[in-house]
Amino acid sequence: MLHLKGAPHSRRLASIALATALVFTLVGCGAKATTTTPAPAKKIVVSDVVLASTTSTQDSGLFDVLIPAFEKAFPQYKTKVIAVGSGEAIKLGETKDADVLLVHSPAAEVKFLADGFAKVRQDVMYNDFVMVGPKADPAGIKGSADTTASMLAIQKAGKAGKTVFVSRGDASGTNAKELTLWAKSGITTPTPTADKWYLSTGQGMGETLKVADEKGAYTLVDRATWLSSAASVPGLEIVFEKQKTLFNQYGVIVIPEAKNEAGGSAFADWIVSAEGQKVIADYGVAKYGQQLFIPNAK
Amino acid sequence: MQLFVDAWREGWVMLTSGSIDVWKIVWASVLLSGSATFLALLIGLPVGYLVGVKRFVGRRAALVIFNAGMGLPPTVVGLLVAMTLSRRGPLGFMSLLYTRPAVVIAQLIIAVPVVMAITAAAVSAVPRELTLQARSLGAGSVRIGILTISEARMGLLAAVAGGFGSIISEVGASSMVGGNLEGDTRVMTTAMMLFSRQGQYGPALALAVVLMGIVVFVNVVLTGMQTSADRWEREGR
Repeated sequence: MLHLKGAPHSRRLASIALATALVFTLVGCGAKATTTTPAPAKKIVVSDVVLASTTSTQDSGLFDVLIPAFEKAFPQYKTKVIAVGSGEAIKLGETKDADVLLVHSPAAEVKFLADGFAKVRQDVMYNDFVMVGPKADPAGIKGSADTTASMLAIQKAGKAGKTVFVSRGDASGTNAKELTLWAKSGITTPTPTADKWYLSTGQGMGETLKVADEKGAYTLVDRATWLSSAASVPGLEIVFEKQKTLFNQYGVIVIPEAKNEAGGSAFADWIVSAEGQKVIADYGVAKYGQQLFIPNAK
Repeated sequence: MQLFVDAWREGWVMLTSGSIDVWKIVWASVLLSGSATFLALLIGLPVGYLVGVKRFVGRRAALVIFNAGMGLPPTVVGLLVAMTLSRRGPLGFMSLLYTRPAVVIAQLIIAVPVVMAITAAAVSAVPRELTLQARSLGAGSVRIGILTISEARMGLLAAVAGGFGSIISEVGASSMVGGNLEGDTRVMTTAMMLFSRQGQYGPALALAVVLMGIVVFVNVVLTGMQTSADRWEREGR
């Protein structure tokens, strides 16, 4: 076994030390068990809640405060945030790969409900989109009368080879809003093949902003992501904002018969409750001097 | 299982309908990785040959660098190239980030060490006695060079395959440096990531099949060339 008899001193010492340490840990653990559990506490079973949300929401940093607050209120749930575009998040809802959605693509959300994939959609919060572009503003859209004028100006400058527009191109809420703006301005949706001034990254807001910065281009971004990302894209600034057409509404949808529908419901109920709404209202005020999202649950 | 069936059907329709989008992506992959491989061979073959054949101070260090370069994570290369070409980086004035040349540059840097290392190994494996005998029979340096290369052609073909293989399937650097711009720098690998994230498994699977097909085809051709050389030596035809 340990061959202590006739063993060198070092081995003897080591064995004794090890045995002592082992005894102490066992005694220590035993002691702990008897002193720190006065009443038999109910063991909390932690289950995962899969929240499919948007890259915009994640890039704004809201989840860094929202998720811990939710998990504090509901310690039995551990939230896994899958941040993709709104379109993709909704697809995750269709395949029931997510338990609850927090997205900002109202038309797609309404269609989701109409198609029978969920029963209820609730308003959670809103903010707005802003158009950002190069400081020099080659399309001259600063001071445009409305979004129609600015979209037409971008198209005109693009065709003249003076500027470029970068699109998300990923069926996200931001992408959906951008396509609506083109349509509202009477412009047929541009495509990279037909319009050399129109680029499509197919990626999240962070990457799209970087491409816009590099190319000195215009792009649409939600204010929350802009505030938290502006420092990393110094070549861009807000060139157009505060229009009714740029309103951005977020909604929460629970997926029925999802793996953890109870957890999803808990999240949805919490985020529209006074407590959840307060977390949203407070976010960003200290750091950016303004609210990034304005709670508007009914 | 239904997911695979549906995706397969959708992907097949996309490919055969000649949907321009999908084939444009395939062409972008082939063009960019092909160009990068060609340039990597242009740089890597001569340097690899010289290091493999000539004895000089620091030869061992060079070989260590080549081999280390082979193990260099492509994403690290992508990050460094993206930072260098960024407008705020040292080569920003060239406005190369998120363009096709940038992707070729990044893929070139990934492939060159592979080509150099395999070439050096291949030419150094050519028996020294052979070149010495050729020299004793009166061959000049150029003739000996040609002899060494033809003796090492199996290894050189492996260098081509290795160089191409290291970049056609690469996604990290291509994404970081190219920006996955539709119709421009969107290649098969970055497009597969996009389609998969959007749940569009049909087009993603279609591109996966085409990519596998290209990889297999290139390797079949190169292996065929290798073994035909082998056959020629053994059977004289």
